[in-house]
Amino acid sequence: MTRHEYEMMIGLEVHVELLTRTKMFCRCSTRFGDPPNTNVCPVCLGLPGSLPRPNREAVRLAVRAALALNCQVNLSSRFDRKNYFYPDLPKGYQISQYDEPLATGGYIEIEEPRKRIRIRRLHIEEDAGKSMHAGDDITAASYSLVDFNRSGVPLIEIVSEPDMRSPEEARQYLEKLQRILQFARVSDVKMEEGSMRVDCNVSVRPKGSDVPGVPCELKNLSSFRAVVKALSYEFERQVGLLEKGEKVVRETRHWDESKEVTAVLRAKETSEDYRYFPDPDLPRLELSPEFVDEVRNSMPELPDQIVSRYVENMGLPRYDANVLTSSPALAEFFDKCVELGAEPKTASNWIMGDLLGYMKAKGIPYEKIPLEPRSLVEMLVLIKDGVISGKIAKDILVKMIETGKDPRTIVKEEGLEQISDEESLARVVEQVIANNPSVVEEIKAGKEKAIAFLVGQVMKMTKGKANPAKVNIILKDKLTS
Amino acid sequence: MEIWEMSTKEILSLLKSREITAQEVLDSYLCRITEVEPLVRAYLEVLEPEARAEAAKVDAMLIRGEDPGILSGLPCALKDNLALKGARCTCASKILENWVAPYDATCVARLKKQGAVFLGKTNMDEFAMGSSTENSAFGPTKNPWDLERVPGGSSGGSAAAVAAGMAPLALGSDTGGSIRQPASFTGTYGLKPTYGLVSRYGLVAFASSLDQIGPFGQSVWDCALLLEAIAGYDPLDSTSSRKEPFPYTKHLESSLRGLRAGVPGEFLGFGIDPDVREGFEKILEILSDMGVIVEETSLPTLPYALDTYYVIAPSEASSNLARFDGVRYGFRASAPNLESMYQKTRGEGFGREVRRRIMLGTFALSAGYYDAYYLRAARIRTLIRRDFENAFEKFDVLLSPTTPTAAFKLGEKIEDPISMYLADVLTVPVNLAGLPALSMPAGFVITGEKGKELPWGLQIIGKPFAETTVLQVGNALEQEIGKEINDKIRDMRRDLTRTRECEPVD
Repeated sequence: MTRHEYEMMIGLEVHVELLTRTKMFCRCSTRFGDPPNTNVCPVCLGLPGSLPRPNREAVRLAVRAALALNCQVNLSSRFDRKNYFYPDLPKGYQISQYDEPLATGGYIEIEEPRKRIRIRRLHIEEDAGKSMHAGDDITAASYSLVDFNRSGVPLIEIVSEPDMRSPEEARQYLEKLQRILQFARVSDVKMEEGSMRVDCNVSVRPKGSDVPGVPCELKNLSSFRAVVKALSYEFERQVGLLEKGEKVVRETRHWDESKEVTAVLRAKETSEDYRYFPDPDLPRLELSPEFVDEVRNSMPELPDQIVSRYVENMGLPRYDANVLTSSPALAEFFDKCVELGAEPKTASNWIMGDLLGYMKAKGIPYEKIPLEPRSLVEMLVLIKDGVISGKIAKDILVKMIETGKDPRTIVKEEGLEQISDEESLARVVEQVIANNPSVVEEIKAGKEKAIAFLVGQVMKMTKGKANPAKVNIILKDKLTS
Repeated sequence: MEIWEMSTKEILSLLKSREITAQEVLDSYLCRITEVEPLVRAYLEVLEPEARAEAAKVDAMLIRGEDPGILSGLPCALKDNLALKGARCTCASKILENWVAPYDATCVARLKKQGAVFLGKTNMDEFAMGSSTENSAFGPTKNPWDLERVPGGSSGGSAAAVAAGMAPLALGSDTGGSIRQPASFTGTYGLKPTYGLVSRYGLVAFASSLDQIGPFGQSVWDCALLLEAIAGYDPLDSTSSRKEPFPYTKHLESSLRGLRAGVPGEFLGFGIDPDVREGFEKILEILSDMGVIVEETSLPTLPYALDTYYVIAPSEASSNLARFDGVRYGFRASAPNLESMYQKTRGEGFGREVRRRIMLGTFALSAGYYDAYYLRAARIRTLIRRDFENAFEKFDVLLSPTTPTAAFKLGEKIEDPISMYLADVLTVPVNLAGLPALSMPAGFVITGEKGKELPWGLQIIGKPFAETTVLQVGNALEQEIGKEINDKIRDMRRDLTRTRECEPVD
């Protein structure tokens, strides 16, 4: 068999930090980047005698995430202890939810191919601290330091069914998940900052088989790109083994970013027994139907809803709608422009083209759009009214961003009004005709496309301020008379 | 009469009328401690400078005419598994030998607010695991009634301190009998409150679903007073009850006429010492004479309670004690790598009984055994709770001896864990059901060679949050039989002083 005769089964386990101000079981701050061990207390340090108390806001956000992912919220769920020893785990166990999770049975829709990826479960747990090793890893280090600022930060874990069949589908699932959770205002969902962490379960089997292959778990995936690469590598590796008549071993593998290979971390057979049992310090998590309804009713608009609003109500192409919903800040920006009177497709063109182009070039993230919607809309009005040309507007946009001035001020200060009066334009046109006799001949001989060259010359002489539509008319008029 | 010889109620009233000062009260107890502590060894640490400062503060308040709270300068001893800010909290374990608590347990904070003066931290079985206080890493506590005997455990230090007159009041914790059993062995009063009545925040956890902090005193009133100070909802403990706290001392007087008391037959089948049994029968007669309707009843699942307890408690303990890993605080053994650091730290830092229970619990929670052990135990626990519920449909209280026998000898059971576990056979079911229960001295038995008299305790079990009923029964009975018991306590304390004078120790 060749590799085309195999298919992958990919399931993803995604950990996401919730956007609460305080931790899951104490009232310490969750702020990222503070000096080590400053946001700590007896509870998140696991000091003797301390006890956990659940954070209501974290529960609310977790329920919101569950609803946004089409899950069934279980009105009664339970906290369990996951027992293992590690220096950054201060209690020697992690409070998690094991066999009675907060939510079950959701899904995410991806576009290509259009399909549903099922979500098996979503549960709440607490984060561990962060170890820093004076060496490659804890076994090679001469010493290690632990920062407990992250200890106790609320997380949700979202476990998918093994429904993805290619690395590309996995990427789409993750992007969509990220987008949904951002729009639901549940999490920052940033892989670089660790507020989103992804583990993959991947197996291969001959196409058409209904027996799942032996899965491996992939860890240390720090970007979507790493996920795609690691999954592709695993596919080749596992198919290679099967082709050689060998067996895939169930194990946890570590993605080595620099070598771009996966390597065995530990065999599953010898993996730890976490000895889950109900946490006796915490009563069952009981939610009222009213609470869940309230969370549902206060759900922010989600990307799918926004896309269909853009496509169906505003007549935007699906492509535009998808780009504009890449981030909540961007969609908000666009909505504001339309609300201020901008024509949707025009606004979309300017946002997707010049604005995002500028931001990309300068490395500005979506959340920090360097422009007020009002300024963009004013600029569009100036174009529409013929005060400036579209070409000049491109420069004005950059100037607006860099100086913070509004477009009218820039136009006035720099004398950028479009020249529309026919007398002035006619003078320039005559000069261009006089300067380019050979081109004029070509046009008269029927090569009408060359007229664009003359328009360009007029624009050049007016430093882009001429109204190109009018120039066109005057030129045609002069050349045919 | 020395201050330490007075009843708590008397001391408190003298304090409030400003006939004596908190500092004089403290001096008297510190003096008594100097006198008999070398014999009894109830304390792991006496916090003299801190206590003097607290007493001076209370006196200053009293002079200014301010209300220092319901304890008003009364000294109190704390079991060493309760966090008192700035004081070592060792749980009588080598692994926490030098750990200083950076915060106050909720019950400690509440006692401070009520004007308590903390005498010191008392000895216990390591991490509250044991029934004799012999499992302390820092040496056993002796029973003041007979220095060759154990004071019971795990709160043996608190019980012995109160019995010997080294503290009028003390706090302990009770997971399977750790307040009531030592109270019974030392002739003191000890109450295990309903699970959830007293916040566990700041109590170093042994078995979280069973642990409960409670008072020791020299009378039922003492227990009511201390309970009043510490009971009530605490947002820091998710398992604490929102029920309103109650002024227990104001509701102690009540006629027992028509009160229904059940005596579960199963309780009397656990190898009860014939003398204890006889004494118990006599108490039942006294209660009948007082108008109590005493009837025998049955709790069929009771014989399974001890086994159930010894699955659930170690399971929770194995997880609760995982944090003692040498990484952040406490004892750390030096080792070449992380894995062996863990092994050596925990191997050397924990004593035998603690290691035994961690292993038991780890086993019971392991994949493949969980259903057969932990889950089954959890189910039987539900049945036991239901048995009690059924019994309480018919009865207001249930009665039994607190322990099958009076205090046993030091070393007698330490090599035989099962026989040690049996010392808690009558108290453990109460924790599994989360009920309140009082142990009060109810009589004496004469023991072997020296013919010494040793106290035994009556256990009064109530419905959830019916501490008031339990205390009322205890109080009424105390009025009947307390005088004889107090006389014997006075004699015992004098003997103790004399022992000290005759054969100075250390």
